[in-house]
Amino acid sequence: MTVYAAPGQPDSLVTVASRYGHYIGGQWVDPIKGGYFENISPVNGKPFTEVGRGTEEDIEAALDAAHAAAPAWGKASATVRANILNKIADVMEAHLTEIAVAETWENGKPVRETLAADIPLAVDHFRYFAGVLRAQEGSAGELDETTVAYHFHEPLGVVGQIIPWNFPILMAVWKLAPALAAGNAVVLKPAEQTPWSILKLMELIGDLLPAGVVNVVNGFGVEAGKPLASSSRVAKVAFTGETTTGRLIMQYASQNIIPVTLELGGKSPNIFFESVADERDAFYDKALEGFTMFALNQGEVCTCPSRALVQRSIYSDFVHDAVKRVEQVKQGNPLDDTTMIGAQASNDQLEKILSYIEIGKEEGAKLLTGGERAILDGDLAEGYYVTPTVFEGDNSMRIFQEEIFGPVVSLTGFDEEADALKVANDTLYGLGAGVWTRDGAQAYRAGREIQAGRVWTNCYHLYPAGAAFGGYKQSGIGRENHKMMLDHYQQTKNLLVSYSPDALGFF
Amino acid sequence: MDRVAVTGEAAELLRSLTEAHGPLMFHQSGGCCDGSAPMCYPDGEFLLGGADVHLGDLDVGLDRAVPVWMSKAQFEYWSHTHLTIDVVPGRGAGFSLEAPHGVRFLIRSRLLTDEEYAGASS
Repeated sequence: MTVYAAPGQPDSLVTVASRYGHYIGGQWVDPIKGGYFENISPVNGKPFTEVGRGTEEDIEAALDAAHAAAPAWGKASATVRANILNKIADVMEAHLTEIAVAETWENGKPVRETLAADIPLAVDHFRYFAGVLRAQEGSAGELDETTVAYHFHEPLGVVGQIIPWNFPILMAVWKLAPALAAGNAVVLKPAEQTPWSILKLMELIGDLLPAGVVNVVNGFGVEAGKPLASSSRVAKVAFTGETTTGRLIMQYASQNIIPVTLELGGKSPNIFFESVADERDAFYDKALEGFTMFALNQGEVCTCPSRALVQRSIYSDFVHDAVKRVEQVKQGNPLDDTTMIGAQASNDQLEKILSYIEIGKEEGAKLLTGGERAILDGDLAEGYYVTPTVFEGDNSMRIFQEEIFGPVVSLTGFDEEADALKVANDTLYGLGAGVWTRDGAQAYRAGREIQAGRVWTNCYHLYPAGAAFGGYKQSGIGRENHKMMLDHYQQTKNLLVSYSPDALGFF
Repeated sequence: MDRVAVTGEAAELLRSLTEAHGPLMFHQSGGCCDGSAPMCYPDGEFLLGGADVHLGDLDVGLDRAVPVWMSKAQFEYWSHTHLTIDVVPGRGAGFSLEAPHGVRFLIRSRLLTDEEYAGASS
């Protein structure tokens, strides 16, 4: 067992300055208006540093730097760009533990997740996009003997990216790696709940990139996010968040006639068919872990399997075993590598989750376990902890329809496969889903029938580069995590070339 | 029938935000991260249309009440609950106006009574 010292402590792997400015044009700069805001660690609910409170002026400065850098970066060879992405990955890997500890302190998630998932996935993401960039080719179409259509990939130019707080580094990398691979310069606005860990990352990797290719401006959404999203100087906006802000970003984009990619969350069903319980074997155990995955990252995952559907023929035993498994989830200091569930990312998130637990009770859902704020000992007493919670109810309840974004699963039973699929699809969203069965044909049928961009089949919460991730319905537009993402960050240039000396004969 | 209400603290905040930004509106969000939070904008900032439902107006002693909106699709799932807009310490994301003040609007919900529900659907 290892308990990492909190960043800023003398024996910590991670140093903390008293304040951090923006990272613009390869330099650390003060906010133009001079404002800073406190950054709180959800681990203990206390501020530990200050971060620049960006405004439109800072966004403009970042856009100036990005526009200055974009032409040369866009013309750099694929080899040059890919080599830099690989170097970024190498440096991150060499500093993996300290980045993981910083991310845990920033977000509240357990360090065993940042060590084993968040940061290794981010490293791999840079390598994946370095690889697919090297393999990307344009095309030459011989339309007739003397006419050839050449297709080239060209970068969009300067793009804006607005990052959520649930995976501050990984979600930034999901957006940065393809944008940079495709040859764009970026202005990135982290979430105001988690503005710091990405700056620690930039301390490590900033110098590997030409100045101005990546610029980070912190601040509040209305003061810094909106000027970025509505700027006529960005060629695209990428956003992960919720539906109202997603609509607002589309509205701004429509005024500038630019594309957006949006990832807006879900209410993902996790379906357990009866064959899961045919044996009490390794697969059964895996399915129980799959049920418990709603508590991964404290439930603060857009694809949190927050609706569990269990076939009635196995319901009683399976739910008994599953709840027992949930009750074994160890809650505690996120910096302890045996802790399985840490702190919610912010106080308002904590309040929101508790308010949903109340409405779940009021709607008549039955609380099978959890359902309360956890007060930890000592320094952690003011941290934002919620016990893993299982509600039993039906799909019309609000706790089945809204993304609580906490460690709360809403459980219901079903009789037939068709019933399960009907309930699974009875939602506004379609981001993720889980299907658990020993019947391959059933897995295929169900997976194809569920209206969601990702159907985990006999697994859950895997996020390997190379598997496209994105939503159906109100869950958003576009895909991440796959080479097709390069297309989301590139223009298509067609040169239509005639090799014939002869006039067409019209005039 | 009133579907929406506001706490005293949230009303106070709305009055001070109105001084700074002019007339306001709410649009209730859905989805992940800060989804399920009410977003407060200068009135007219967020384009409304046929896809939205007007839930009601909050009278907080201003010249103009603050309208509360939600997407129609989301309302299908929320129509049986009464919503009270409250405010808590925090740091909401999105472009909602209160975030720089270190607070966050939050929805508190209760089920509509049978009489309210009958009144609402008639």
